[in-house]
Amino acid sequence: MSEQSSSALRDAVVVGGNRIPFGKAGGAYAAASNQAMLTAALDGLVARYGLAGERLGEVAAGAVLKHARDFNLTRESVLGSALAPSTPAYDLQQACGTGLETVIQVANKIRLGQIDSGVAGGVDSASDAPIAVGEGLRKALIKANHARTPMQRVKALAGIRPGDLAPETPRNAEPRTGLSMGEHQARTAKEWGITREAQDELAAASHHNLARAWDEGFFDDLATGFLRLSRDQGLRADTSVDKLATLQPVFGKGEGATMTAGNSTPLSDGAALVLLSSREWAEERRLPALARFVDAEVAAVDYVSGEEGLLMAPAYAVPRLLARQGLTLQDFDYYEIHEAFASTVLATLAAWESEDFCRDRLGLDAPLGSIDRSRLNVNGSSLAAGHPFAATGGRIVATLSKLLHEKGPGSRGLVSICAAGGQGVVAILEGC
Amino acid sequence: MADLMQILTTNPLARQLGVPQPTRLRRGRELPSGPVVLAAVGGAQGHGGVVADSLGLLGLTPQEALVDTPGTRVTETDEDGRTREVPTPYPGKIGAVVVDATAATGLDDLETMRGVLRPALKALESSGRVIVVGLEPESAGAVTAVATQQALDGITRTVGKELRKGATANLVRVDLLTDRPTTAADLASTLSFLLEGRSAYVSGDVLHVGHAAASAAPETRPFEGQIVVVTGAGRGIGASIAETFARDGALVVGIDVPAGGEALSTVVNRIGGQALQLDITAPDAGTRIAAHVAQRFGASARIHTIVHNAGITRDKLLVNTDEQRWASVLEVNLASQLRINEQLLDPDLPGGLDDNGRIVGVSSVTGLAGNRGQANYAAAKAGMIGVARAMGADPRLAERGITVNVVAPGVIATEMWGKVPLVTRTLGERMNSLQQAGRPVDVAEAIGYLADPASGAVTGQVVRVDGQLMLGA
Ligand SMILES: NC(=O)c1ccc[n+]([C@@H]2O[C@H](COP(=O)([O-])OP(=O)(O)OC[C@H]3O[C@@H](n4cnc5c(N)ncnc54)[C@H](O)[C@@H]3O)[C@@H](O)[C@H]2O)c1
Repeated sequence: MSEQSSSALRDAVVVGGNRIPFGKAGGAYAAASNQAMLTAALDGLVARYGLAGERLGEVAAGAVLKHARDFNLTRESVLGSALAPSTPAYDLQQACGTGLETVIQVANKIRLGQIDSGVAGGVDSASDAPIAVGEGLRKALIKANHARTPMQRVKALAGIRPGDLAPETPRNAEPRTGLSMGEHQARTAKEWGITREAQDELAAASHHNLARAWDEGFFDDLATGFLRLSRDQGLRADTSVDKLATLQPVFGKGEGATMTAGNSTPLSDGAALVLLSSREWAEERRLPALARFVDAEVAAVDYVSGEEGLLMAPAYAVPRLLARQGLTLQDFDYYEIHEAFASTVLATLAAWESEDFCRDRLGLDAPLGSIDRSRLNVNGSSLAAGHPFAATGGRIVATLSKLLHEKGPGSRGLVSICAAGGQGVVAILEGC
Repeated sequence: MADLMQILTTNPLARQLGVPQPTRLRRGRELPSGPVVLAAVGGAQGHGGVVADSLGLLGLTPQEALVDTPGTRVTETDEDGRTREVPTPYPGKIGAVVVDATAATGLDDLETMRGVLRPALKALESSGRVIVVGLEPESAGAVTAVATQQALDGITRTVGKELRKGATANLVRVDLLTDRPTTAADLASTLSFLLEGRSAYVSGDVLHVGHAAASAAPETRPFEGQIVVVTGAGRGIGASIAETFARDGALVVGIDVPAGGEALSTVVNRIGGQALQLDITAPDAGTRIAAHVAQRFGASARIHTIVHNAGITRDKLLVNTDEQRWASVLEVNLASQLRINEQLLDPDLPGGLDDNGRIVGVSSVTGLAGNRGQANYAAAKAGMIGVARAMGADPRLAERGITVNVVAPGVIATEMWGKVPLVTRTLGERMNSLQQAGRPVDVAEAIGYLADPASGAVTGQVVRVDGQLMLGA
């Protein structure tokens, strides 16, 4: 993008955010639907900013695990919320990148002047996940449904075999490799020599940082209690590297297996949203501008052939974004790298430090280098908070925006989120 | 579980069996349907006609009250042909009787009180009003005058207990013999509140109205465009307070703990207000409230009213109460309020309390009467009354036109009250002159009255919203 065209765009700023505390799968939100959670997060956001009855430019959100009834999920949530029913809405889905992709989408529309305000984010429930019937049963039911005579119907149903009755639960697996995300990541961890200790340290830090943030009231204006949950359910303030070291590996095989339930993100339920607007829209309503949306990039890698790790795409997206913005990896006050697995974060950092990787894969003269680890996920991330897939982007963008606002104008933050399908969504925010 | 008393009271048979039927109370900004009658005791005009003038400011033209004397009785004959002498009756129902007893100085004047009240009580409509206006007894002068003014208290409280069908009786004390006499304008908001349905659950109460440099005229939407902060707004009484202020035009900032965010959002979104998730026990809660107001309403915006409603209970007999149980209740119900007040009263703090601002606390009858198992709660709620009295007497606040008051609710039917065991609940609800529990809106209306820009002359007061509870004090 040339200098000229970028200066013609106006700023999109993050006004604030709201999420519900994240629940453990089968936990506090076991009976809550995607729509109920998304609506609660939206109503909390509306109440915080006094927007009841207002028409916003749009609401963009999504869910990775969707029921058939979640058709038009976001629009239905808007209709059930305190926003004006004249607020348009749509669903968007890019696996774990959904939340951040909606932020990019809404921010860009604001920058282009197509809308003045919008809400972006997502929701997911691993508890209330859709269960599909097996292919045999499904075909038989469709046939029976199309039957014209009762006899035809009986015949169609008689074709059902006992084996057809087993339900197909959604699997956390890549359709093209049949491997779970954890198994994919175990390969990457091994490739990059990520140690068990380093992973457990990162996980413990995530819990400790998140617990401190809750204790300090950091989330007082970023989260609203829902269904009696007032903190993230998976948060273990008292965990330690020693305790984490006692867990058995669950992904990978044999001696080299390092990934446990403690350093892998648990399945979770929750919703998170971000309110974005033009500066003028925020000023008119005397609402704060926490951070400016600077730029974003999405990369995808060929993980199917095994050429690259499933969750390594952010390692490609970030350098492209840095180059476009004329920045180095060290130019940031905060780094928010989604903790799909502790080893994902560590492998990404290792890749940027690797001369070979940066030269051979990224085509760079020199490695991006290392980051100041004290600036990484300073208020915890997905290992501690949980990771309701489409909600993670909203959680991270709201958290980072508040951090940048507290740090002061001109401070800079990097968001990096890996996603199923070998994709990576990254963005830069700047404190207002 | 079905409410036994409810079955009993809604069943037609029960009606015949004489189970007392709670009257549906007149509520809201509705005046009595019958005429308001006015009597002056101790002088043709009362003391300088302040009461009559005040009713005039409310646009009311009262009729002259009838006075029962032996010479004015009429003969009534019953079905069996027996006759008896009765006071001349009013031609129809009356809505309210207002007695200006500010000039009552001798015991003869009390006989006139009887004479005025006897026919009036007979004619009073349901949810009718008895309002007696007297002096602060200590200011009345001679011993007989003080005794006479104090006697009004006994009369009014007794009348409250004798009235039926949702009617109430209250005493208003004014200053007329001091160097800061109460004016008709000072008195108007109190008379308006007591006459209207807003005071549905206030009876047997004694309110003091002093004098303010400028008392605004009562209006139907007195808080138009004013910023009102309500703590504990997520549910119960606080939700009703928020809704009532919004009804009357206020821009409401509702506060509750982050864990109660879902409920708070619902309340705030319904009234078009703003939610501020905050634990009021945070040491900087006051400055955070002010910062929110300055950010959202502009640097020059200030708070008109803060309502300290958030409260908790941790009940146990005192012999079983440890320091934590004690401290948690005192912290939320008293200490945090003191800190917030101090921070918001800084005149240089952007978003702080405005001049002519209002501080209203939600105390409890437990703070007046004590309650078994609630020593910590009673300490805090009584402490709040002390805060209102001390701040209400502070000349520096008076100079800024700031008033500080509390309401003391009795039995209020919130969701939580519904969980109290049936027998306790039913007994509690019947143990007052109105023979029913109050509603959250009754507490909210009393707070609205105290916060009203027209109530500048009312400060340091405790308004009981308890239907004249018979327990305790
Ligand atoms: N219900 C009654 O019959 C009754 C009678 C007398 C007095 N009161 C008083 O009225 C007030 C409201 O009572 P209610 O029955 O509606 O109670 P409630 O418990 O239903 O509501 C109180 C609200 O205050 C909030 N709160 C508690 N601690 C807080 C804190 N530290 N920071 C912010 N918010 C906090 C709670 O989350 C809750 O939403 C209380 O002060 C209570 O003592 C109630």
